[in-house]
Amino acid sequence: MTNPLKQIHLAAHFPGVNNTTVWSDPAAGSHIEFSSFAHFARTAERAKFDFLFLAEGLRLREQGGKIYDLDVVGRPDTFTVLAALAAVTDRLGLTGTINSTFNEPYEVARQFASLDHLSGGRAAWNVVTSWDAFTGENFRRGGFLPQDERYSRAKEFLATAHELFDSWRGDEILADQATGTFLSDAKAGAFVHQGQQFDIHGRFNAPRSPQGRPVIFQAGDSEEGREFAASSADAIFSRYATLKEGQAFYTDVKGRLAKYGRRPDQLLILPAATVVLGDTDEEAADLAREVRRQQVSGATAIKHLEFVWNRDLSAYDPEGPLPDIDPVVSEDHISRGRAQVRMYRDPIAIAREWRELAAANNWSIRELVINTGNRQTFVGSPATVARTINDFVQADASDGFILVPHITPGGLDGFADKVVPLLQEQGVFRADYEGATLRDHLGLAHPDAATTAERAAS
Amino acid sequence: MGPGLILPRSPAADACPASRCSRTDIQEGTHVSSTSAPSLHLAVALDGTGWHPASWREPVARPRDLFTAGYWADLVAEAERGLLDFVTIEDGLGPQSSRFLEPDDRTDQVRGRLDAVLIASRIAPLTRHIGVVPTVVSTHTEPFHISKAIATLDYVSTGRAGLRVQITARPNEAAHFGRRTIPLIDAYDSPSARELVTELFDEAAEYVEVVRRLWDSWEDDAEIRDAATGRFVDRDKLHYTGFEGRHFSIKGPSITPRPPQGQPVVTALAHDTVPYRLVARQADVGYVTPHDTEQARAIVAEIRAEQAAAGRAGQTLHVFGDLVVFLDEDPAQAAARRERLDVLAGEPYTSDARIFTGTPAQLADFLQELREGGLSGFRLRPAVAGHDLPQITRHLVPELQRRGLFRQAYEADTLRGLLGLARPANRYAAAVA
Repeated sequence: MTNPLKQIHLAAHFPGVNNTTVWSDPAAGSHIEFSSFAHFARTAERAKFDFLFLAEGLRLREQGGKIYDLDVVGRPDTFTVLAALAAVTDRLGLTGTINSTFNEPYEVARQFASLDHLSGGRAAWNVVTSWDAFTGENFRRGGFLPQDERYSRAKEFLATAHELFDSWRGDEILADQATGTFLSDAKAGAFVHQGQQFDIHGRFNAPRSPQGRPVIFQAGDSEEGREFAASSADAIFSRYATLKEGQAFYTDVKGRLAKYGRRPDQLLILPAATVVLGDTDEEAADLAREVRRQQVSGATAIKHLEFVWNRDLSAYDPEGPLPDIDPVVSEDHISRGRAQVRMYRDPIAIAREWRELAAANNWSIRELVINTGNRQTFVGSPATVARTINDFVQADASDGFILVPHITPGGLDGFADKVVPLLQEQGVFRADYEGATLRDHLGLAHPDAATTAERAAS
Repeated sequence: MGPGLILPRSPAADACPASRCSRTDIQEGTHVSSTSAPSLHLAVALDGTGWHPASWREPVARPRDLFTAGYWADLVAEAERGLLDFVTIEDGLGPQSSRFLEPDDRTDQVRGRLDAVLIASRIAPLTRHIGVVPTVVSTHTEPFHISKAIATLDYVSTGRAGLRVQITARPNEAAHFGRRTIPLIDAYDSPSARELVTELFDEAAEYVEVVRRLWDSWEDDAEIRDAATGRFVDRDKLHYTGFEGRHFSIKGPSITPRPPQGQPVVTALAHDTVPYRLVARQADVGYVTPHDTEQARAIVAEIRAEQAAAGRAGQTLHVFGDLVVFLDEDPAQAAARRERLDVLAGEPYTSDARIFTGTPAQLADFLQELREGGLSGFRLRPAVAGHDLPQITRHLVPELQRRGLFRQAYEADTLRGLLGLARPANRYAAAVA
């Protein structure tokens, strides 16, 4: 073999608060009880996954001025759950989504440093931005950030957090009981940051953690988001999980690294992916259709149409035809607290396209939403799914996948038991963890590696 | 039965929903003790290697392990072995300092610490009975974040979470956040200092109010999973906080459902009228620092008066005495250890709390004496965690048990249950009903 096969990275996304998650299934358990998180994390670790991933939303979603009640509602605090999961796992990486708008660098850096210490080097931070005044109503300073400043704040937030992580070198704690010297350096943790977003100084009080800094994830897709990732992230949580789109995104983002003096292997591309397994491909296809019907009830279909139409469509029959009326184009949106609605940039055109699609296929509202919504990424027998995942990765559509099961907490069990062994047999997925830290799993260097090498060379 | 120690279950307390808590957290009022004297409550305050600044020099101290989960897991396991009600975990938004309100540049003492909520959460799944009560600083943090963090700690520990709310008047900590400037105050009794401290405690009271409202912002049975209508929650059982205070307005509801205890246990340390008022208005447990029984009586009287003024006269509010303890089999040994540590530190150790040096039996005598001032329990601060905590769990506790003053086994599975606190009704549900 001349070209060694790429090793696949796999992660487990705890089922989220959108309609991907099927709460009505008899097998669906609690989304809040710690036992669900522990089950999910143990499954991921049993399968030797790289990490577990938690999303976050800081305001319950609303539609038409009312709390959206058709999907799972409610989730625990990210840091607190991850710290507890560190107690029931030994190797699994722990990735938390933490907002850079409604937090302050000192506190967040301290929480990630703490998580990294308490997990023995398994912490990762998915840096997300938001600006909306709607979410801001849950916080002391309210919605203070103009939309166009969200990335400048995110970038400066991350840079500031790095200054805090780096304010300890890692060799300051001597704790020499005989001589009475606890710290070798009285200035350990000293920092000064003066910028547009933050003007802070003092002493960071969390010593350098095992990974130096947590692994940094980025999830945004805009031009700014891609540049942010290329300059500062270790991994991207992307949404492009088809072969063509994945390859395009992969090429685009990896191509941006050189100008930041980075190599392609220093930024991993990990799309979200859903899986439906069956004993045969046909059985899996049937099951996938069934799951999609579970995910899109009639009521859900109407609500999803409202995302585009931006008006109350509750009078429409989900089993009937699409509305003749046009969407309301307005800055004021019927749905709040949901990133997805920002994707519909030209609702009039989308409505026209959907009406044509529905007419051509004789689809009802519900059928349209089922057929235009996100299909499952990988559907098939374990052998088919394992082969497809490997093909995607070897064809540079991604470096692996973040799997989003539709059932809590057992939705990953089948994949762990049936697909992972096949990937291991093919030699493209680890048979066991080789390192202790998340950086080890992802093949990312410790931030001090360069300086350590310099010191050794000099 | 001491005043306010174990009150009968309030008629306002709701039934524990079957989905949430099939356990014994509704046993208050039937709190069984085989002896006539009511049990004392005992907590331990964990802070680094212990409360004496030279504690890390002791052979048992493990200072190099301070930033590992194993260190904290071992301490809390020891506390649970002693059937203690709970541990508190100290925290701060800046390095420790030997100066009152300013940082120092000392290198001969422990500097640096991990986030207390994360430590508590990391050790919660490793324990089964003991309460976990991290410190949270109200001055620079978000009540929304802390409310869901403590709610989540309550889920992770299946009903054993609390918090200890603390303010900070340190200018250097304000500079870590850059959101407000806090002037350096020289003495707590100057008018400007009083004004600042009063302001920070008022803010803390609002902060706790918001945290509590967010805990109640979901009714216990808000999650309905109604397949017929496709609704996961009954949104009529989710509530906006309606809170608009002087310091902030927070909309809600929380993103986290109501925690298993309904309201996790709120605690605060208090040394003066202003903080006593915070305890009286918002806390379930207040820690106070009397040096003798008379002081204890006076402090408890002041808190009870404030409690009545706050309209909480009928509610259980524990007042615990805080003590720093040096414990050894022989009192001379304890005194010699304290002296040795003082020499290492270069100065005699002083504290806001009374420093007790002696045998576990002498401490038991002293606790019995102090409780006559109206205290229902104690929070002990081990001078050296690795030494004085095992002295508490292996010697003080058996001594108190022999005297019929401490539990023989954990008799409840939640922290509220251990403290004889009813699971409270949801304020929003009550308003509707």
